[in-house]
Amino acid sequence: MFMDFREPIIKVVQLRKTYIMGDVRVEVLKGVDLAIAPGSYVVIMGPSGSGKSTLLNQLGCLDRPTSGRYFLGGEDVSAMDDDQLSEVRGKKLGFIFQSYNLIEQLTVVENIHVPLFYQGRDLDLCYDHCVELASKVGLADRLDHRPKQLSGGQQQRVAIARSLVNDPLLILADEPTGNLDSKTGVEVLNLLDQLNAGGKTIVLVTHGEEVAERAHRVIHMKDGIIDREIVQRPLRERQNPALVKAA
Amino acid sequence: MRKKFPIWRVVDLGIKSLLLHKMRSMLTMLGIIFGVCSVIAMLAIGEGASHEAQESIKKLGSSNVILRSLKPPEDNKASGSGRSFATEYGLTYGDASRIQHTMEGIEQVVPMRIMRESVRFGQSAAPAQVIGTHPIYSEISNLEIVSGRFLSPTDEQHFNNVCVLSLSLAQKLFPYENPLSEEVRVGADYYKVVGLIREQSTADKRPQSGAMEGQPLDNAMFIPLSTARARFGDTLIRRSAGSFEAEKVQLHQITIKFKDVSQVEEGVPQIENLLSKFHKKKDFEMVVPLQLLRQAEQTKRMFNIVLGSIAAISLLVGGIGIMNIMLATVTERTREIGIRRALGARKNDIISQFLIESTVLSVGGGLIGVALGIVIPIVVSYLTDLTTIITPTALILAFTISGGIGVIFGLYPASRAAALDPIVALRRD
Repeated sequence: MFMDFREPIIKVVQLRKTYIMGDVRVEVLKGVDLAIAPGSYVVIMGPSGSGKSTLLNQLGCLDRPTSGRYFLGGEDVSAMDDDQLSEVRGKKLGFIFQSYNLIEQLTVVENIHVPLFYQGRDLDLCYDHCVELASKVGLADRLDHRPKQLSGGQQQRVAIARSLVNDPLLILADEPTGNLDSKTGVEVLNLLDQLNAGGKTIVLVTHGEEVAERAHRVIHMKDGIIDREIVQRPLRERQNPALVKAA
Repeated sequence: MRKKFPIWRVVDLGIKSLLLHKMRSMLTMLGIIFGVCSVIAMLAIGEGASHEAQESIKKLGSSNVILRSLKPPEDNKASGSGRSFATEYGLTYGDASRIQHTMEGIEQVVPMRIMRESVRFGQSAAPAQVIGTHPIYSEISNLEIVSGRFLSPTDEQHFNNVCVLSLSLAQKLFPYENPLSEEVRVGADYYKVVGLIREQSTADKRPQSGAMEGQPLDNAMFIPLSTARARFGDTLIRRSAGSFEAEKVQLHQITIKFKDVSQVEEGVPQIENLLSKFHKKKDFEMVVPLQLLRQAEQTKRMFNIVLGSIAAISLLVGGIGIMNIMLATVTERTREIGIRRALGARKNDIISQFLIESTVLSVGGGLIGVALGIVIPIVVSYLTDLTTIITPTALILAFTISGGIGVIFGLYPASRAAALDPIVALRRD
């Protein structure tokens, strides 16, 4: 039902990450192999210390692997230097964090604009685009508010709009509902569903089983390797079979 | 290569970040504000003081050397016993002509005799300095002729009883009349007023140094030197409290004007040499405006160095303040740095962001400091009678240094910010 004929967006080969803390070597990732097709919704789960956040950081080019290869959109990211990694993050990735991570001195529109700022695209030129995204996440009337004036759910929606502004290959979400109550959490997840339905590839790290329900694939990590993997029909397709064709 | 984002966007961002902590930013700027303002104010006051000294020295003429008769100190003791005869000292007509005829590179030699006499016109009388001199005196001392003329060579040749009055003296004697063509009386002789001149160096404009006193232009009456010798002789009698003192002085002052300033330095020892043969006692002094000017410049340089280093230290302290705050800011905004790095900022973007912030702080402080630095000397001049001069160089210098301080002291915090690992920075709370 879910065919991986297309070139994968993410291809990870024998990825290892070892941290050295004083005299202790901690192997967090012990050789992960993973391929993710475009348009898929992947949830990574696992107990704390299983290496799921470390894997997400690797996928997000925020950290380098100790060994192994990582291809993002066909490019070998593991061989890039710091500036190139910055460019990859700015152009190809969208991040959603548990604690929203907005910049407090900037307004909603300016926050959404930040990734474009670092690509040299001036706010004046892409203001409409940023406003459009703000409207898409339901914040059209909060454009000039600052993060402190917004609720947690609203802040996370700004973060989602920000993760979309550079039209990324991939959206990486680290416990996006972790700091939200269940109602706003569901709203945020619905928003992510919409994005995936619109063709965005999403990789999400979570503890919540109900979040995993929404994904195409659920990857369980344990002790630095992929323990097991479940391929399923996402919740929205189960509830509304008409969507299957659209996906 | 990515397109560079416009600099004003980064500046705008920096200002926004600084405005987030208005109080802190303001306090940080204070260091620079006071530093810059003290640099400018101190230099302005120093410049003003030395300018005043230099101006009054320049009035003496930098290509001039002034010789002045000086009563030798030994004679004061002898005056009790030798009251009956006049003490004889000072420069002579011979000195003047020897200098004029034996030395090279001299344009003019102007001898002067100065006598304190009472000048009368009708009922009014005023104490004055009667100065016998040559017509060329007006050239070497840049007198301003208000009306009429100065003494002429013809007056000199014919022992004419003519005089030129300084304005202040003329005002005392002729409150209502036009002094020209009137005759004033000194002793028993009448002198026709042929001209009026304006005093250039009034007492308060004169420098403090004792050596500089005696350019006697207050209440002056100029007469031809030949007339002075004929009418007053060489012996001056000074009456005081029942006794009198007589002294025989031919010339009180000889002003030597060199053709070129560069010859002064060489000429001074020659003159000294020449005169020492005829003066056994040191009964004259030599004032060299050029040397005084050099000394004044030297003093000014010292002054500027002292003021400059005080100001530099205060700027340094301001800079350290900026560095301190920027380091604190970097620590406090570690998370923001992580977010920006995650969203595509390169290390250089982070460096420039923090560098711009520290530069905005110091340039902002610099601007306020320049404004204050301009106001303070004006207030000082207004409240005291000190002259202050704000030179553009001082403004530019202070401003450039303050800007430079922002960059230099911002560099270390900025590079620390950029060196942070993105995930480490993101995890920090």
